[in-house]
Amino acid sequence: MKKWSNLWWLAGLVVALVLPLVMTNPAYRGIAVYTLLFTACATSWNMFSGYSGYVNLGAAVFYGTGAYSEDLLANHLNMSGGAALFWLVPLSGVVAMLIGIPVGLVALRVRRHTYVVITIAIFFVFQLAATNFGFTGGTAGLTIPFIPWMASYFDVPFYYVALAVLIFAILLSAGVRRSRFGLQLLAIRDDEDRALGLGVQVAAVKLTGYVMSGFVIGMCGAIYAMKQGQIYPQFVFDPLFDITVALMCFFGGFGTLVGPIIGGVVLESAQQYLTVTYSSGGSLYLIIFGALFLLVILFMPRGIVVYVKDWWGRRQSRIESSQTAATAGVAS
Amino acid sequence: MTTLLSASNVSRAFGGVQALNGCSLEVRRGSITGLIGPNGSGKTTLFNVMTGYVKPDAGSVTFEGQNITGARPNKVFELGVGRTFQLTRIFARMTVLENMLVATQREESWLRGLTRSKSSPRELEAAMEWLNFVGLAHLAKLEAGSLSYGQRKLLELAYVLVANPDVILLDEPAGGVNLTLINVIAEKIQALNEQGKTFLVVEHNMEFVMKICHQVTVMHQGTDLVTGTPGEVRTNPAVLDAYLGGGDETDEELEELANG
Repeated sequence: MKKWSNLWWLAGLVVALVLPLVMTNPAYRGIAVYTLLFTACATSWNMFSGYSGYVNLGAAVFYGTGAYSEDLLANHLNMSGGAALFWLVPLSGVVAMLIGIPVGLVALRVRRHTYVVITIAIFFVFQLAATNFGFTGGTAGLTIPFIPWMASYFDVPFYYVALAVLIFAILLSAGVRRSRFGLQLLAIRDDEDRALGLGVQVAAVKLTGYVMSGFVIGMCGAIYAMKQGQIYPQFVFDPLFDITVALMCFFGGFGTLVGPIIGGVVLESAQQYLTVTYSSGGSLYLIIFGALFLLVILFMPRGIVVYVKDWWGRRQSRIESSQTAATAGVAS
Repeated sequence: MTTLLSASNVSRAFGGVQALNGCSLEVRRGSITGLIGPNGSGKTTLFNVMTGYVKPDAGSVTFEGQNITGARPNKVFELGVGRTFQLTRIFARMTVLENMLVATQREESWLRGLTRSKSSPRELEAAMEWLNFVGLAHLAKLEAGSLSYGQRKLLELAYVLVANPDVILLDEPAGGVNLTLINVIAEKIQALNEQGKTFLVVEHNMEFVMKICHQVTVMHQGTDLVTGTPGEVRTNPAVLDAYLGGGDETDEELEELANG
């Protein structure tokens, strides 16, 4: 079993590495970059919200902060367009984390459902701020120095940087799951007061998880800003981003390592494909997403990964019991 | 015997209800102290005040001579006061073993948790040892949510024990548990007590209390009514009065109290 799962990971990595070499259509490469970015965001979101049960519907706070940091840093440092802008990506992730500290201190004072509402409220505060402040360029947004790469080749560097960020996100999430810190997040999910009474410093653990998830999401925002060239407040502080990332995790498997990866790859590539193919009906995917969300909640409330695992387990035990019955029949 | 944990003149109101009204309690080192009283007399609130879950309006809580009034639950636990809950609380979607591991390091900073693995070999060994002690070792890999009620009680006891606290507060350890298991739990508590562990036990099962406790405090209407040995408490007229006046105790319980 263990060996098989390692093989799956390896196969996935190989496919991801060769994909842009095989897939030469720039439109599809673009889809692949967004898929990687969203999968990384979902993985990172799940590392806090999935493990701790604190559903964050304001993850775009990190994404937008990362995007704006990238542009602001590039402009203030008078950088010219090119690969050097990638150095600002981790820096933007750090800025998103720093912004996450006061935000987390406010939002994490409350529990569960109230927390969800607070994260949405804080998200709108950020969107409003980005729209109205002078240094963010208001509704006109910000522009990053022009990157003079050939159109046919443009997305390839973005692809590999996004892939690196995704791999980092997966390793981080897996590391957290194995650490004592991860155990404490799970304990908080199951019973926060009980965890507190067993010495878990819940406030510090929650804030750390929240801020950590902001690092990767902020980096993804920065890569998006670089790729787009121009950012607007309503697209980087986008309520759809909040919902999509959460949906990916619920779809694939909330609180599991593989779930957000499956959810991200399936949903984001499907969404991008539909948008590109039916560009006139750009909101078609929203209707499909809504229907899908309902189906998942109704029939697979714990996500595909858990559903398939359960199904496989039941199937195996059925086979085993029928085999035992057969042997018993022979014996008698 | 010296005092290990004590509450003095603790008061706490919830809305218009005075749950605790100048209540004092003393737990001596190495003892099993019982805390009984009619429903709603404030036993669980006193537990919550002593373990940091509820801040008192007045009065103080002392542990090993140190004032711990109003300290956070994690701090109280870190110092060495463990507790169980009346309605058993376990981590339902984690395995039995993971439940145990949550409590293994009571003096560790959260920062350390970021850089170390879930468990060290020593912690695993201790966790399995205590699971073995309560007879749950064979269920270690199972999701804790699938345990029966009685097994959950034992698991809760085990993961408080694994942290090696100096005093353990048990909120109705025999509540809703079958007779055989009640005896098992009583034996475990006595065995641990002989090794030097101190206990404070809230319990409605009088037979259980009278059998294992060295000293019993009776609470009534948010205050401590009588403190004494089980024998003294049983025959005290004020205690019988409190139970009769309480109105919500059954005849069997009164009979049990009178006959021990």
